[in-house]
Amino acid sequence: MGLKPVLTKDFHTENLEQLAVYERTGGYAGFKKALEMQPDELVELVKTSGLRGRGGAGFPTGNKWSFLPKGVYPRYLICNADESEPGSFKDRYLIEKSPHQVLEGILIASYAIGCNLAFIYIRGEYLPQHEALEAAIDEARQAGYLGKNVLGKGYDVDVILHRGAGAYICGEETALLTSLEGNRGEPRLKPPFPAVKGLYGKPTIVNNVETVANLPHIVINGADWFAAMGTPTGKGTRLWCMSGHVNRPGNYELENGTPIRELIEEHGGGVWKNRKLKAFQPGGASMMVLLPEHLDVGLDFDAIQKAGSLAGAGAMVVMDETTCMVDAARRYVKFFHHESCGKCTPCREGTFWMSNLFDRFEAGDAKPGDIDLLLDMGYNIEGRSFCPLGDASTWFPRSVIKYFRDEFQEHISEKGCPFKKTPQEAVA
Amino acid sequence: MALATPTVEEITALAARYPSKQSAIIPALWAVQHEQGYVTKEAMGEIAQILALPPSLIEATASFYSMFLTRPEGRHDVVICVNAPCMLRGADETAAYLEQQLGVRDGQTTPDGAITWHSTIECLGACGGAPMMQVDHRFEENLTPERIDAIVQRLRTQPAAHVAKARGVAPGEGAAGSSASATEPLRRNRAKRAQN
Repeated sequence: MGLKPVLTKDFHTENLEQLAVYERTGGYAGFKKALEMQPDELVELVKTSGLRGRGGAGFPTGNKWSFLPKGVYPRYLICNADESEPGSFKDRYLIEKSPHQVLEGILIASYAIGCNLAFIYIRGEYLPQHEALEAAIDEARQAGYLGKNVLGKGYDVDVILHRGAGAYICGEETALLTSLEGNRGEPRLKPPFPAVKGLYGKPTIVNNVETVANLPHIVINGADWFAAMGTPTGKGTRLWCMSGHVNRPGNYELENGTPIRELIEEHGGGVWKNRKLKAFQPGGASMMVLLPEHLDVGLDFDAIQKAGSLAGAGAMVVMDETTCMVDAARRYVKFFHHESCGKCTPCREGTFWMSNLFDRFEAGDAKPGDIDLLLDMGYNIEGRSFCPLGDASTWFPRSVIKYFRDEFQEHISEKGCPFKKTPQEAVA
Repeated sequence: MALATPTVEEITALAARYPSKQSAIIPALWAVQHEQGYVTKEAMGEIAQILALPPSLIEATASFYSMFLTRPEGRHDVVICVNAPCMLRGADETAAYLEQQLGVRDGQTTPDGAITWHSTIECLGACGGAPMMQVDHRFEENLTPERIDAIVQRLRTQPAAHVAKARGVAPGEGAAGSSASATEPLRRNRAKRAQN
C-alpha cells in the first residue's frame, strides 16, 4: 500500500524538535484550529475518525473521552509515555524526533476534554526523551501555546512532565495513577474507571503518546481523511517497532491492514543471515507467537486477534530458525516475574514458579510432566490475577507450548538446551 | 549527609507544583539521587520532613522502583539489556564480553571505582538497536566488542558525568548520543524554577 506516512512524514526534516521548524511543517495549526472549535465537536470528530488507542488495548479514543462524567471538574489528561513493553520503542522515537507533535496532541486532547492541567508520565529510563519534552514544553510556553489564556482564547492549560523510576507495571493506567500520586505503582480495581475516578479521585483520561500524536492530523485533515486509511475497524496508520532477526530493525509507519509479510520482508529487509523465519510476535513480550503461515495477516488489531495473537503496542519481534523458543519464553517469564508488583498472589507467586520451571528446562533439569505443569500454572494465573500483567505473563509461553511443544520435549530428553552447546547460566 | 540547600528548595517547589504534595515524592527522590548519587534512609527522612509526610511512605515508594539506588556505586552506571529482543541479537555474548573487560561480575563496581555494571531483564526501549546498553542513562546501540572497548576506555578516565559538567569538561568522544549528564535536567529545572 503506497501510503504517505502521517506521524513520521516530516521526520527527515532537520531540527524538527525545535518549535520554529515544527511550525514550518504545519505544527500547531491543529491546536489553533481546535481552539476555534467547541470541545464537544472535537470529541465527536475523534469518535468519527475511528482512532483507537495505540498503547496496546486499542480502545476507541473518542469513546474513552465521552465517558467523562458531565460537569465534574477538575479533569486531568495524562499522556502515557511509560513505554516499557519489551519489543516496543515507538513512543521513544516519536518523542525524540518530534516532541512538539506529542505536545500539540496533548494540548488538543486537554482542550477537548476540558482539562487545565495535563501530565506526561515518562519512564525513568528515557532521560534524553525527558529532556526533549522538557525543552519542547518550555518553547511552547514561551510561544503562548500553554499557560494562561492560551493564544488569547481564554483557555488555561499547563503540562507537568513527570519522570517514573523503573517499573513496567506503571504503564498500566491505574498503576500509573497510583504511581503519579506518589505511591508504589500498584494497579487499582476497575470500575471505577479512570474517566470517572482517576488521578486524585478526579475524572482522568490516560492516552498513549502515539494516540495523541495523531490528533493534530485528524483536526487538520478531518475525520473522513483519517477513516479512509486502514481497515474498517482499524483506521489510520501505526508505528511498528521491528526487532530481532531482521536485516533492518527499526520503526516503520504503515497503514493498518498492511500484510505482516510486507513489514518483515520489504521494510525489514527479511530475515537476517539468509535464514528462515521460525516465528514472530506481533505485539511485544506479552503477545502470543505466530508462525510463517500467518505472514499474510494484516497489521490490524482485529486481524491479528483472529489469527490468535494481539497487536498490543505494535512491537514485531522476529525469530529465525536458530531461536530457542523455550529460552525466549524463559526471558519473558523472568521479565514478568521481575515486574510483578506483588499485589496479588497468582501473579506474584505464579510468575516466580513459572520462571523457576523455565530455568529447569534450560538447565536440563526438567522432567516429563513439566510441560503440563507449566500449562497448569498458566491457567492458574490467567483470569485470576488482579491486572493484565499476570494474564500477559502466560500468553507467550502457552502459545510456544502450542506450536513448539517438541522443543520442550527435546530440552527434557537431551537434558539441556538443544540450541546451545552448554547449558546456559540463568539470567540474573 | 544533610541535603544541600538547592535540593531542599527544589523539593519544596515540587510540592507546590502538584495538586497533591505526595506526588512530589518520586521527583524528590530523583533530586536526592542526583545530588548524592543514591538515596539513604536519612535523606528519605528529610524528604518526609519537607513534605510533611510519614517517612514510611517515602520508603515504601522508594523501594518499589528499580532506579533508586540504596548504596553508592561507581562513577558511571552501565546497564545492559538481556531481554528476549536483545538476546536474539547477541546480548548474552555482549554482556559476557563486557563482564570480561571490566573484570567484575554483574552488579559489581570496578576496583578503580569507575564503572558499576549490571544486566537487566527490564526492556530499555532500544530493541531496534540491540545489543544495547545505557551508559549514565544515555543509549549506546548496535554494540560491538570494539565499541564496548572504546566506551569502557572513555569511562575509566572520565569523571562522573555531573562532575565533568561542573568542571566544564567536554563530554566523552566517540559513541553517539552519549553526552552531558544524568544530573543536568534536574539542575536545569532547578535554575528555571528559581527564575519563576
